[in-house]
Amino acid sequence: MSNSSFPVIAALDALTGALFLLAALGVVATRQVLASLQLFIWQSLLLTLSAVLLGIALASVHLFAVAAITIATKTLLIPWLLRRTVAAEVYRTREIERAINIPISLLLSAALIVLAYVIANPILATVTAPFATINLPLGLAAIFLGAFTIVVRREAVPQMLGLLAVENGVFFSGIAIVPSLPVIAELAAAVDVPVIALVVGLLMRQIYRRLGTTSVGHLAALREQ
Amino acid sequence: MELAAILILPLIASALSLSTLGRRYAAPITLISAAAVLALAISVAGLAAGSGRIDAADGWLTCDALGALVLVLVALVGFTAALFSWGYIAGRAGHPVQHVQRYYGLYNLFVLSMLAIPLLANVALMWIAVELTTLLSAFLVGYEDTPEALEAAWKYVILTTLGAVFALLGFLILYWGSRIAGLEPFTWLGLVEAAPRMPPTLLWPAFLLILVGFGTKVGLVPMHTWLPDAHSQAPASICALLSGVETTTVLYVILRLFPVISGAHGLDASSWFIGFGLVSVGVATLLLIYVRDFKRMFAFSTVEHMGIILVAAGLGGSEAHLGAAYQITGHALAKSFCFFAAGMTVMAVGNQEIASVRGLIRSSPLAALALVAGGFAIAGAPPFAIFVSELVILKAGFTSGHALAVGLLALLVVIAFCAVMFNINRMVFSPPEREIATAAIPVTCKLTLLIAAIPLLTIGIFVPAPLHALLQAAAAAMGG
Repeated sequence: MSNSSFPVIAALDALTGALFLLAALGVVATRQVLASLQLFIWQSLLLTLSAVLLGIALASVHLFAVAAITIATKTLLIPWLLRRTVAAEVYRTREIERAINIPISLLLSAALIVLAYVIANPILATVTAPFATINLPLGLAAIFLGAFTIVVRREAVPQMLGLLAVENGVFFSGIAIVPSLPVIAELAAAVDVPVIALVVGLLMRQIYRRLGTTSVGHLAALREQ
Repeated sequence: MELAAILILPLIASALSLSTLGRRYAAPITLISAAAVLALAISVAGLAAGSGRIDAADGWLTCDALGALVLVLVALVGFTAALFSWGYIAGRAGHPVQHVQRYYGLYNLFVLSMLAIPLLANVALMWIAVELTTLLSAFLVGYEDTPEALEAAWKYVILTTLGAVFALLGFLILYWGSRIAGLEPFTWLGLVEAAPRMPPTLLWPAFLLILVGFGTKVGLVPMHTWLPDAHSQAPASICALLSGVETTTVLYVILRLFPVISGAHGLDASSWFIGFGLVSVGVATLLLIYVRDFKRMFAFSTVEHMGIILVAAGLGGSEAHLGAAYQITGHALAKSFCFFAAGMTVMAVGNQEIASVRGLIRSSPLAALALVAGGFAIAGAPPFAIFVSELVILKAGFTSGHALAVGLLALLVVIAFCAVMFNINRMVFSPPEREIATAAIPVTCKLTLLIAAIPLLTIGIFVPAPLHALLQAAAAAMGG
C-alpha cells in the first residue's frame, strides 16, 4: 500500500500538512498572545482534518476518534479554559516578550524543518506506511517548532501553547505511523491534554494572582550565581 | 491480588483525605495507607525475587525483580515521607486546613502514579503513569506559594511534560515497529522478544527520543535545568519523593529500554548511556562546588547519582548491573534521608543558604547529626551502601575494559564527595558568628529520621539474603 492508492486524499493530506506546518511557524513568529492562540486552534483543526482524511482512506475508526478528541479538547476546551483562568493575559493587546527576534527565529525554524526531514528520511527509506511520507516529517517539524517556541517565549500562555503544539505534532505523525492506534493512545489523548491544560492553567492563574503577571521569563530568582 | 491492592489503597487514602474525615485525620490516614502499601510491596518483592515474575488482573499488571525493587523503594520513601509530612506540613503557619487536605489528597495520588510505573504491563499505560507523576506533583512543588516555588513548579511542569511528549513519539515509533514485527500486546517483555525482528531504523530514533525525553525528567545534563529548582523549592517531604524515587522510577523506564535496544542488531546503547551519564556526573560535580543553597546541593547530587547509575547500566555485565541496582537502592535511602535532614535544618534555622548556617551542632544537634550522616551516606563514604556500590561499579568498569570512563568517574565522584562534605562541615562545625534562634522540631520528624536511619545504616554493612536475591534478580532483568 502506498500513497498512490489514494491520489486525491494524498494530495489533500499534503496540502493539510503544509498548512499545519505553516500554523506551527505562525505560533513561533506571531507577536500577540491572542494571535498565537488562534493559530494554535487552526493547527488543531488541520490535525483533525488530516485524521479524518486518513480515517477515510484507511477505513480506521480510531482516527475518527482522534479527530473527535482533538476537536473537543484543543479547539473547544483549551480556549475556554484559558478564558476562564487568565483572560486578562490572553486578550491584552501587546507584544509578547521573546528571547530571540522574529527574523532569526524564522531562520532557526527553517533549520529545524530541514533537521526533521534529515531524521525522517532514513526511517522512510526502510519502512513504509501509507501517508507516513507526508505526516512523519511534517509532524516532527511541528514538534521541533513547538519546542523552539517554548524556549524563545518568555510568557506562560505562549509556552503552554508551544507545549500543546508539540503534542499536535506527535499526533500528526502518530496517525500515519500507527493508524490503528491502540485504544490506550486515544485514552492518553483524551485524558492527558485536558489534565495538562487544567494543571498548567491553574498554575498560571496562581502565578498571575501572586505576581500580577505571567511573564515567566522574569522569574529568575532561581539560578546559579 | 497484592498488585491491585497496592494501587487501590492510595486511591482510597486520597479520597478520604479530601473528605470531611480528612479535615482532622488526613495525615494518619495517609500514613496507614502508606504502611500497608509498604508491607504489600515487600511481600511482592519476595515473590518476584523467588519466581521471577508475577502477573495479576488478566495480565494488565505485572512485576519482575527490577520492577519490584523500584516498587519497594517508592513504597518505603512514600511511607517515611508521609510520616515526615505529618509534623512538617502541620507546622507550617498560615496554611488553611483545605490546603493541608489538598496536600494529602495529591500526595497519595502522586505516590500512586509512581507505584504504577513498575506495575503496569502495557507500555503505553506506563507512559501515562509517568506523565501523571509530573501533573500530580506540580501543586506539591508549588505548595509554599512563594514566587520561587511557583517559578520552580512552572519550569518543572513545562519542561518535563515537553520531555514526556518527545518520549511519546518514541513509544509510538516502538509500537509501529512492534506491529511490523507482528506483536500485539505492547509490553516490555514483548518488546524484548520482538526487537530482533524490528527494523533498526525504527529502534534507533525511538531510543533517542525516549532517552532525551525521559532523560529530562531524570535530570540528565543538559536537560536538568528545572531539577535543582523543583527539588529545592518543594516542601522537604516532597523533595524526598522527587529526588529519592521519582527520578529513579523514570530512570527505570530508560533502563528497561536497554535490553530492547542492545539485544537487537548490535545497536550500541552502551556508549550513549556512558556518555550521557559521564556528562551528567561532570556537570553536577562542578555545580556542587559552587552551590550556595543546601537543598540545591542535594538536588545536584541527585543529577550526579542518576549519571552514575546510567554509566553503570551502560557498562553492561552482571557485575556492573548489580552495582547499578545497589546504587539505586542506596541513593533512594540516602537521598530521602538527606532531604529529611535538610527539612529539619530549614525548620530549625529558617532558611536554606549554606553561608547563613553556622555551628548547627550546638544550636540543633539532631539536625546537625542527621546532615553529617546523610552527607556521608550520599557522598559515598564507608560504611554506607553507596560506597560499596560505587566500588562495585568502578571495579566492573576496569575489568570490562572501560578504564578511561570509570577512571574519570572515580575522579569526579571524589571531587563531588569533597564538595558535599566541605559544605556540610562548614554548616555543622564552624563556630557560629551570632546566636541563631532555633525553632522546635516536631516529634514525627524526629521519628522519621530514626526510622529512615535504620535501613540507611544497615544495608551498607549487611545485605539481608532476600534483598541480595532481589538485587541479583533485578540486575539480571537489566539484560546482559
